[in-house]
Amino acid sequence: MTDLSVSVAGVPMKNPLVAVSGCFGFGREYDEYFDISLLGGLCVKGLNVSGRPGNPPPRIAEAPGGCLNSVGLQNPGIEAFLREDLPFLRTKDITVIANIFGGTAEEYAEAARMLGDSADMLEVNISCPNLKCGGVNFASDPKAAAEVTEAVKKVAKVPVCIKLSPNVTDIASVAVACRDAGADALSLINTLLGMRIDIETRRPVLRMNTGGLSGSAIFPVAVRCVWQAAAAAGLPVIGMGGVSSGSDAAEMMIAGASAVGVGTALFGDPAAPVRILRELTEWCGRHGIENVSGLTGSVRAY
Amino acid sequence: MGKRMTGTVRSVARLADGVYDLRVEAGLTNPAPGRFVHLAVPGFPLRRPISLCGCENGVARLVFAVKGGGTAAMAAWRPGDTVDLLGALGNGFPEPDGGAGKTVLVGGGIGLPPLLYYAKTHPDTHCIAGFRSAGHVILAGEFPSLELCTDDGSAGFSSYPHQRLEELLKNREPVARVLACGPEPLLKATAKVCREFGTPCFVSAEERMGCGVGACLVCVCAAGGTYKRVCKDGPVFDAAEWGETV
Ligand SMILES: Cc1cc2nc3c(=O)[nH]c(=O)nc-3n(C[C@H](O)[C@H](O)[C@H](O)COP(=O)(O)OP(=O)(O)OC[C@H]3O[C@@H](n4cnc5c(N)ncnc54)[C@H](O)[C@@H]3O)c2cc1C
Ligand SMILES: Cc1cc2nc3c(=O)[nH]c(=O)nc-3n(C[C@H](O)[C@H](O)[C@H](O)COP(=O)(O)O)c2cc1C
Ligand code: FES
Repeated sequence: MTDLSVSVAGVPMKNPLVAVSGCFGFGREYDEYFDISLLGGLCVKGLNVSGRPGNPPPRIAEAPGGCLNSVGLQNPGIEAFLREDLPFLRTKDITVIANIFGGTAEEYAEAARMLGDSADMLEVNISCPNLKCGGVNFASDPKAAAEVTEAVKKVAKVPVCIKLSPNVTDIASVAVACRDAGADALSLINTLLGMRIDIETRRPVLRMNTGGLSGSAIFPVAVRCVWQAAAAAGLPVIGMGGVSSGSDAAEMMIAGASAVGVGTALFGDPAAPVRILRELTEWCGRHGIENVSGLTGSVRAY
Repeated sequence: MGKRMTGTVRSVARLADGVYDLRVEAGLTNPAPGRFVHLAVPGFPLRRPISLCGCENGVARLVFAVKGGGTAAMAAWRPGDTVDLLGALGNGFPEPDGGAGKTVLVGGGIGLPPLLYYAKTHPDTHCIAGFRSAGHVILAGEFPSLELCTDDGSAGFSSYPHQRLEELLKNREPVARVLACGPEPLLKATAKVCREFGTPCFVSAEERMGCGVGACLVCVCAAGGTYKRVCKDGPVFDAAEWGETV
């Protein structure tokens, strides 16, 4: 029997499978399809101080091996989350990771302050491609990334994980900047900016023209980013991006991830995270692995 | 609450050019008309939402038009093939509330299937159905009471369904409420006519979907001044709030 428990920046999880932010709402809907207590963790839909209506539809376009989305961080705001959604999650045996965003470093800090110690970890989204945060994309500039990290760390009561973007030339330098500013962990990758056009109408499929690509199409990019960021920063990483099988999860961990996120795979298979956990457990069993955490960063890179 | 099911294709029949009638045995029990299933199509990352056109003895009837690759693949399904589906999802048409008069069903083209399911399971319905031309007519013969319209006048009335509805309301026919499904311009026009006459109206909205279960927020439409999920809060919306801008 493999010990499936892992720990990310001191936050324990009974297994490494995490539902990613934005694909799992606040857990209620998928709890009708499987007991969400089977998962190690859950990143809630991105939250900000006062909520956002999101972008006009259409918000999704199919793509080979995945999809583009332009939801635009629709959320009810932190107060509503604390009142309506967190109590439900607390009836479940699951590590709750609160995903936050803001338009300025101060807004990020305010979000972190409002959440206090109500979640087990904060995941700071500095990488949403659907929102121009005051004209700055924090994740593409190591200095801006460090500024947000510092502002959140100053007020945070729980470990802070910074969510990085693959839409950068040098992800290692952003990862290092976040670490130096006090980040406890990293999560990656967010979506890759993409576009689809209906060739008959010559209209973009998405109302926002462009959107974020997710799903198995981005898996190799995610593995590369996780490997580079984990190696450069030496921080624990929640690896995500196109994971859709137990072998994908093992590969993500071997690349450097301590825990593994699953999102878009849910759209095809609503029980994807539990299937992936079962497949990972079977794989570990076949390979005589005693602790799944031993996989983390075990890549024998050339 | 929806479930994931493995169904078996019983039959696929061609109803008109590019329109198919698919029967899938899946064990759905009395899903309300207006609800839908979310079908996995092998080789495509996203599922396809299709409204229920009927459900008898656990056999779901789905009538769909071939639009792109996913529906083209579905048209090639054969009896005995297995189908992975989520269902039944969303909220159906509301039940009659005892108001005097008929329930008028206003449908356009491939919007007819859920209205047929409603007509077959409820008394006192009258359907006004619009199609592009005589060659595009589907399902019309199965409604207990129906008037046919075509855009080009090649069959039935040469007008749009909402114009016939307006005639009906002008003539003070007793109409308890209107249920509409079809292209967005028809839904908007129908909602407008109903607003003018103070007739309750419910529309079945359509949007591109991801999860289908209410978790990802990609399928929203404007309703009541916010964005609501077509898959979970709909697909049937009260026309009084549907389309109200955000
Ligand atoms: C609640 C609901 C009920 C529906 N019921 C029926 C029905 O009974 N009969 C029927 O013929 N059609 C119905 N549709 C529309 C049907 O889902 C689309 O025509 C179908 O998904 C197109 O898939 P495709 O692969 O052929 O097209 P493509 O254009 O190749 O599809 C690409 C992507 O866009 C999505 N998409 C494209 N057009 C639509 C659309 N109009 N609505 C939603 N998603 C779309 C597809 O699902 C897929 O994810 C319904 C849609 C909704 C939302
Ligand atoms: C519909 C949708 C909504 C998302 N919303 C958020 C969000 O609110 N905050 C965030 O940090 N990431 C969001 N993401 C990104 C995912 O959390 C994840 O990083 C990305 O999709 C890659 O994982 P996947 O390929 O397994 O989906 C969203 C992704 C999708 C598909
Ligand atoms: S399709 Fe995911 S919320 Fe409707």
